[in-house]
Amino acid sequence: MSGIHFGQHHTPYAPEFRPTAGVRVPFAWLAPEWKLAVMLTLVVVTAVMPLTWWWWHGGAGIFLVGVAVAGRIALKPLLWRVLWLLPFVAGAALAAAWHGSTGPGWPTVAARGGVCLLTVLVFAAVTPFGALPGVLRRLGVPALLVTTMALMHRYLFVLVDESDRMRRARTCRTFVPKRRFSWGLNAEVIGRLFVRASERAERIYLAMCARGWK
Amino acid sequence: MHIPDGFVDVKTAIAASALAVVGLGYALNQVRRELPARRVPLLGLGAAFVFAAQMVNFPVIGGTSGHLVGGALIAALLGAPAAVVVISTVLIAQCFLFADGGVTALGVNIFNMAVVAPVVGAGVYKGVCRLLSGRRGQVAAVAFAGWCSTVAASLACAGQLAWSGTVGWAVAFPVMTGVHMLIGIGEGAISALVFYAVVKARPELVNNTQALPTRSFVGYGLLVVVGVALFVAPFACPWPDGLESVAAKLGFEQAAKQSTISPMKDFGVATPLAGVVGALVAFGLAVFLSRLLVKNELTSTKTNAAT
Repeated sequence: MSGIHFGQHHTPYAPEFRPTAGVRVPFAWLAPEWKLAVMLTLVVVTAVMPLTWWWWHGGAGIFLVGVAVAGRIALKPLLWRVLWLLPFVAGAALAAAWHGSTGPGWPTVAARGGVCLLTVLVFAAVTPFGALPGVLRRLGVPALLVTTMALMHRYLFVLVDESDRMRRARTCRTFVPKRRFSWGLNAEVIGRLFVRASERAERIYLAMCARGWK
Repeated sequence: MHIPDGFVDVKTAIAASALAVVGLGYALNQVRRELPARRVPLLGLGAAFVFAAQMVNFPVIGGTSGHLVGGALIAALLGAPAAVVVISTVLIAQCFLFADGGVTALGVNIFNMAVVAPVVGAGVYKGVCRLLSGRRGQVAAVAFAGWCSTVAASLACAGQLAWSGTVGWAVAFPVMTGVHMLIGIGEGAISALVFYAVVKARPELVNNTQALPTRSFVGYGLLVVVGVALFVAPFACPWPDGLESVAAKLGFEQAAKQSTISPMKDFGVATPLAGVVGALVAFGLAVFLSRLLVKNELTSTKTNAAT
């Protein structure tokens, strides 16, 4: 009966959306709003300042590495993500260097892009996805957008579940595709996934509404 | 097509954010009034789908990425206003939690992918549906709408990068739009295949009646036109724009010349021609795909008519 609270204040969140459900959150004592504020300040100032403010870019970099170490953020996934996203920054820097553009030069573009990238990734590592709908709601974002965000988070797991189930069912029927990749077959699977997930999605949403989600 | 931080300057970011806020606010208001409560979960599901699909992306020169946009597909399935809300949600989550697209460029990204793409997609979808009837026409319409929405969004993106001065128009335009004319073929094909699979299984899921109400199309269309006038027209138009003519009148055209980014004149007639040929090829492919997919529609309607 632990899920029922008579006469108590209870949040409108389903357990899955409770920000701290089952995961260690670095700097949990700091409200996500403050984390967001720090992140936004860093990003906006970095994106606007010229590179003559090199101490700003350097300082921000050192601060971010400090936060990552102090918060004991898993460094490997963070570095992989940085590596994965760096080509986007490098591509733009290359384009700026190659063609005489009227804007900032390529060192500025690269430094700005790199620092902003690291800032957002560190922010994401200290803020769980489930905290985002709550923050948006408290900041006065329209309810429909918050609901869509929360449902998107919840339904990502539904999609994984349903596609697992479909794969298992196909294996049970000893299904072997004729070709290794077939557009038609994959589209059929994705379409079926949408239809099946929509049925579960409706039940989940009704259950959330019944527990007071607005 | 996600633009990272530091690539758009302040004026571009503010202009695009203003347009994005107007578009998203309008769409939210409309969806809240018109979408029945039982269809709300479909918004979340559509967002989860698009989010998963956009995990697959690769860099395109100019610092942006190439991937599925999904605007046309969601617009065809749930209607244009719902698509604006869905894609915006995906972009906000990607921006804050995956560093996909910059925080300062969020407004720009929302305008390109969540306003331009679904609105152009829905408009094309509606137009082609009028032109070609039946299920086959619908599938062809989704395929062509997917192509058009991707190309339109990339065009806006190139314009913004050039307006910011980060990448010259002479590089941004051919690379962005050229690459996305190819990506658009994939987008159109995948959109059409998934759309057909969903329509076959659950036709009632598809919102045919209000894909894009004419009344609201005026509003969204106006928003896209303002965006095009702001971001693309100064570069793509061979005539001197307002700013240039003012500069010429005041006599400091020579001074301004060094700082302007090369306009359309360098491309001559070849670029519009390439655009038209590309669109015709994409339309042909869309019709071909729909014939390939929807095989026995004619025979079934004939037998229905006979019985």
